[in-house]
Amino acid sequence: MGRQLTLSIFRYNPNIPGDQPRMQDYKLEEHEGMTLFVALNKIREEQDPSLMFDFVCRAAICGSCAMMINGRPRLACKTMTRTLPSRFTVMPLPVFKLIGDLSVDTGTWFRNLQIRTEAWIHTNKKFDPNELEVRMDNKVAEAIYEPERCIECGCCVAACVTANIREDFLGATGINRVARFMLDPRDERSDAEYFEVVGNEDGAFGCVGIMACADICPMEIPLQQNLAYVRRKMAKAGLKLDLKGFKVS
Amino acid sequence: MSAKHTHICDVLVIGAGLAAERSAIECAQAGLNVIILSLVPPRRSHSTAAQGGMQASLGNCAMGLGDNPQIHFEDTVKGSDWGCDQEVAKMFCETVPIMIRQLDYWGVPWNRVVAGKKKLPDGREIEDLKEKEGLITARDFGGVAKWRCCYTSDGTGHTVQFVVDTVVCKLGIPVHDRMEAIALIHDGETCYGAVARCLRTGDLNVYLAKSTIIATGGAGRIYAASTNAVINEGTGLAIALDTGVVPLGNMEAIQFHPTGMPPTFILMTEGARGDGGYLLDKNLHRFMPDYEPKKKELASRDVVSRRMIQHIRAGYGVSSKYAPQHLWLDIRHLGRKWVWTNLREIANIAMNFNGLDPAKDLIPVIPTQHYTMGGVRTNKDGYAYGLKGLFAIGEAACWDLHGFNRLGGNSLAETVTAGFLVGMQVAKYTLGATQKFDYKLVEDFVKKEEERIKNLISGKYGKENVFEIKSAMQQVMMDHVHIFRTGPSLEQGVAKLQELYRRSLKIGLRSSGKGANPELAAAIRMPGMLRVALCVAYGALMRTESRGSHFREDYPKRDDANWLKRTLAYWKEGADLPTLDYEPVACPYMPPGDRGYGEATAGAKGSK
Ligand SMILES: Cc1cc2nc3c(=O)[nH]c(=O)nc-3n(C[C@H](O)[C@H](O)[C@H](O)COP(=O)(O)OP(=O)(O)OC[C@H]3O[C@@H](n4cnc5c(N)ncnc54)[C@H](O)[C@@H]3O)c2cc1C
Ligand code: FES
Repeated sequence: MGRQLTLSIFRYNPNIPGDQPRMQDYKLEEHEGMTLFVALNKIREEQDPSLMFDFVCRAAICGSCAMMINGRPRLACKTMTRTLPSRFTVMPLPVFKLIGDLSVDTGTWFRNLQIRTEAWIHTNKKFDPNELEVRMDNKVAEAIYEPERCIECGCCVAACVTANIREDFLGATGINRVARFMLDPRDERSDAEYFEVVGNEDGAFGCVGIMACADICPMEIPLQQNLAYVRRKMAKAGLKLDLKGFKVS
Repeated sequence: MSAKHTHICDVLVIGAGLAAERSAIECAQAGLNVIILSLVPPRRSHSTAAQGGMQASLGNCAMGLGDNPQIHFEDTVKGSDWGCDQEVAKMFCETVPIMIRQLDYWGVPWNRVVAGKKKLPDGREIEDLKEKEGLITARDFGGVAKWRCCYTSDGTGHTVQFVVDTVVCKLGIPVHDRMEAIALIHDGETCYGAVARCLRTGDLNVYLAKSTIIATGGAGRIYAASTNAVINEGTGLAIALDTGVVPLGNMEAIQFHPTGMPPTFILMTEGARGDGGYLLDKNLHRFMPDYEPKKKELASRDVVSRRMIQHIRAGYGVSSKYAPQHLWLDIRHLGRKWVWTNLREIANIAMNFNGLDPAKDLIPVIPTQHYTMGGVRTNKDGYAYGLKGLFAIGEAACWDLHGFNRLGGNSLAETVTAGFLVGMQVAKYTLGATQKFDYKLVEDFVKKEEERIKNLISGKYGKENVFEIKSAMQQVMMDHVHIFRTGPSLEQGVAKLQELYRRSLKIGLRSSGKGANPELAAAIRMPGMLRVALCVAYGALMRTESRGSHFREDYPKRDDANWLKRTLAYWKEGADLPTLDYEPVACPYMPPGDRGYGEATAGAKGSK
């Protein structure tokens, strides 16, 4: 016999006029190796088919299932219930727009982020299908892959004090994304051009250094290190711009 | 019209995986107005979960020297057990190297050749050449003559999808995520777009387009144990089938991957075996060389999966807390550094889900449903059979690159190559097409969906529980339509599915169905999923031979005299079984022969 679990789950469907946000308890028997993916699906199938939540890969690689689990942003699919007390709370991620219950709109948020940071390779070269690829040191390729591993789950954003109060803050994930392109020799943007994107309070200088992001990242991406890297570059670029007589703000 | 919103565009792409986005880019670059629909944000599509890599005959790494599209072509045809369209395979193999280089230009951080001598886990010494240093490297995969699987550690799908999505962003192609296509709008001759349900609000939307591309990925979730994402429910196949005039091709061809990890059945990439991993049995004996002396763990997936089950049946399976019967994957000898860099994603998965450290522990594995070779049948240019203005690509299509067994690494490669090649055809067709809508027709389609939703909510059809029906279907597929198939068992399976299908027409909701209600979403999909499952099961029952992944114990031989043909499954209105038709498979370049691995070839009888 497993433990009897009580999940206290946030419920609110903004599409039903008059629906009120509330916490609702569900009881369920725990079994060996149970993850929150299994538990929530069981609740939906057996107790409450209206319960909204998001899973896609159920393997901790797609970033769909981040939620506040006992107050901490985590991926529900890889959270084993045995790591939790027998009674715990499940809430949607803050910052992102609520779709319903545990489901939030990360898609729109992240798409805006890509567009704001122009997170694509900027180059004047044309692709020539008859040419060999440009050579790259394997170490550089691996270095690019490190920040590239971000699955855009939104945990770091949810955990971030600045992002919780300032709507336009890019968050650790945004800065990490910029670091990824800065590291990439194929991207021809100058530091000054990056400065336009992240050299401000909504970007690299908005972080107040509480570092919850780095503790919380399910992919264990060195977010603070990447922030430091971007900041260093931006500080230098800012200095240069200043010296040239540009106004920095 | 009663739908909340109507959107008009030149090209409607249903799906936002790699195939979808790559084709959208091609169409947008031709100056067309494109809209992408998806259940989830593009970067959550199943393509991002692909780990191993993409096949392209660049020939840069030591074990890939001398590779070329012709050798890739021969591997693909053998892999398909002569079931593929050889013209498609040829076109594909010639184009894919350019695709890989274009992805590099767009920003994929492919792993590169590092010059120098190295020792492989099996003791062989190889040397990567100085002159190739810095070019894109490749790893070994099953069923291939050369190492040609290009990769980024074991996050290939992730990096490729993210990069392709950056191009979609840059081009400003709108993506309507959380928007599910639930019916195609057509008049029996031409497709005019789709009716979609918004998964944010529950509202119906109409999309009208000159061309519609189905790129909705696989249908793995008709099985209980699958490596696929939980959104891979085959809805794209279902809406095509529902037209009555568009057939699904070769649905009985379902691939089982040798290494799903119980109890979650998350995939351990073939890259693990490619990099030198072994399979072990309960005596920790490496058994694959007994069955496949030449290819060992790296015969094609259908063969390795069958050998594993055969070995378990012979009494060598492991019984553990992970599963009643499984085998082990051993990558310990690759060393901690290799495991935790080049195979880090699977190391993480083994750690997170089973608390195992693959640098020192064995990983439980069992063959698991993995890939749908079949799909919306198209010609070699990607035009769906049956309706003008409808196209299909990627795993949702039967283009037919893979025949009865797909080689590892050929699917990601297919998504971008078909996205490019078929994308160009779509652009050509669309530029020459005129847009016309018959409002009455569109409204009829919307009304029909509205009615269906209203009746599900009110319980007018009945009180059947959608989740019960779904898990019963998934179990039937496991019990009757799995790796080893027989006539009597398939017959039972078909009968059970028919019964479930009839029940699925009587589903009633238990919740209100309001807003983005998930029970309603499941209820809308359920009959379509069962129709797709029936195409698989019935196709398998009727195909009395063994070819690639379709293995009939009562007909264990490939039968080219009678079965060198492709199954076409249609669904007629009111039916409870598909109508099957067949078309010949031409072999213009490579006549059917021996694959060089598998039951037909190997003499050695395993187990000791
Ligand atoms: C775990 C795993 C690992 C793999 N590893 C490899 C590998 O290493 N190499 C390789 O070559 N292949 C691999 N494959 C196979 C390969 O990943 C897939 O076949 C391929 O990514 C499919 O791409 P796709 O674009 O066709 O579909 P998907 O990426 O599955 O995308 C489907 C899209 O359709 C959308 N959609 C579905 N239905 C609807 C609807 N009704 N309305 C609107 N949108 C809809 C979804 O939201 C999604 O965006 C792997 C597969 C799995 C399961
Ligand atoms: S479902 Fe993909 S990360 Fe959890």
